[in-house]
Amino acid sequence: MKVEQLRLDKVKALLAQAGWPLPECQPGQEAAFVQTLLDALCDLSSRDPLTGLMNRRSLMVTLEQELDRVARSGDAALLLMVDIDHFKHVNDTHGHVAGDAVIRAVSQALLDCVRPMDTVGRFGGEEFAIVFPNCPPAFAAVVGERIRARVQALLIDVAGHPPLKVTVSCGGAFAPPWLRTTPLSWVERADAQMYLAKAAGRNTVAIEPQAISEVSAEEKGLLFGLNPPDPLMIHDQADQ
Amino acid sequence: MMSAVKPATMNAPSSAMTQPAPEAPGPLFSPAKGKVVAITSGKGGVGKTFVSANLAAALTRRGLKVLVLDADLGLANLDVVLNLYPKITLHDVFTGKATLDDAILKAPGGFSVILAGSGLVEYSRLSPEVRDDFLNLMSEVVPRFDVVLLDTGAGISDVVLFALSLASEILLVATPEPTSLTDAYATIKVLATQQQRQQIRLIVNQAVRPGDGKTITNQLQTVLNRFVGNQGQKPADARPGLPSGVRLVHMGDIPSDQSVKDAVMRRQLLLVHTPGSPAALAVGQIAGRLEETVISPDRG
Repeated sequence: MKVEQLRLDKVKALLAQAGWPLPECQPGQEAAFVQTLLDALCDLSSRDPLTGLMNRRSLMVTLEQELDRVARSGDAALLLMVDIDHFKHVNDTHGHVAGDAVIRAVSQALLDCVRPMDTVGRFGGEEFAIVFPNCPPAFAAVVGERIRARVQALLIDVAGHPPLKVTVSCGGAFAPPWLRTTPLSWVERADAQMYLAKAAGRNTVAIEPQAISEVSAEEKGLLFGLNPPDPLMIHDQADQ
Repeated sequence: MMSAVKPATMNAPSSAMTQPAPEAPGPLFSPAKGKVVAITSGKGGVGKTFVSANLAAALTRRGLKVLVLDADLGLANLDVVLNLYPKITLHDVFTGKATLDDAILKAPGGFSVILAGSGLVEYSRLSPEVRDDFLNLMSEVVPRFDVVLLDTGAGISDVVLFALSLASEILLVATPEPTSLTDAYATIKVLATQQQRQQIRLIVNQAVRPGDGKTITNQLQTVLNRFVGNQGQKPADARPGLPSGVRLVHMGDIPSDQSVKDAVMRRQLLLVHTPGSPAALAVGQIAGRLEETVISPDRG
């Protein structure tokens, strides 16, 4: 293969724009050169240019891998969807440059709140997704709350403005252990919780209830309250 | 209020999304519909293994090739009920000491059975190895039979929930006692929320009066509609993340019957010991319903 035959102008322009050092092709190292280009392009196409976080495409790949892992291991894996509250208001009032600054500040805050093994991505617009492998269910609310509080405490500097403050609504759902499911349905379940958090007044965290095994007094009451002491009543019901 | 929130999925151009439409979660191991039926209970001692063994015998009489798999790993007592004390158990298959064929035994009722061997402490915890062994076992045995009955443990431990996740249908055994009902309800709740099961079949054992089972099914369904899932909820009150609802199907009652106790004490199948007893006839009826609606609904 001759490297000179490849049309690399656009590739090089993209890499230069993204700040990647352009690799040099050493004689006899053509394969390594092309591999470096491919790696760089992969990285470029899997990241969100504004924040450097994983973009939606690579997030979906991560979600799929995690679902696959959990389906076999039964581990608890949490997906948290984080959406900036009233973001349109930020853009409309302070302009898109301020909006971008807010997105970047929130993404950094999210990165500061997670473990190295967790994956933070920008799902789209003002919505972020975080995958937490091996997250015990009891900690889900704690993790969400930590993120919520961290963002609330941010003072975001934007040139020409007093520091901006934003809040986020977080919704979380666990991957179902031992079941086959799709990344999209996992996202939908976490999103559903995020909408619940929005509906509850925003700046809150909602986590999908985990396999609920507790039976409340109210449930027991209904369970046995329906059981009439008079056997005749039972026959009446059974005949319906 | 919630409709005012812009769906996040609209933020990206739809052309960038090549994801398949979300589908309902399914088991890792997906047997043909009706081929793997798990028999479980919320509370122990409600006659789960008795039901598994006698149901298997009744299904065998209907001409089906039946395997009962002791999925109560580590705490098996199918051997006691069937009066079988094999040298080779699932443990030997999993540890490579015996082949699967060696472990498939003929039970008195004419059906096949694989016993786990009791007291296998290492299986009472669900390790990835046990899961893989079990998945492999299932994919090997299921094609060989018309139906595989999984006799699971009681309750909602990891091992039980894993075994249930392998089944296409769940038969929940309960007795009319309040403790059994509460545990049955808790099990259904977990299955609806964790495994997103939409249908669970109920057998009421030790029924005292005719109609007990129907009443109990109605009671459970009423509470489930109110507290689990969104069945019967107004859209405004719908709770996202919960399944649309779980439907209980009453498969039949097994009346409280002295002959059951006698058969168990003699370690015989009820269908062999007293085939004409009310309980034996009831098991036969349930087997018929199970065949017609679950195992081979297309046959007749």
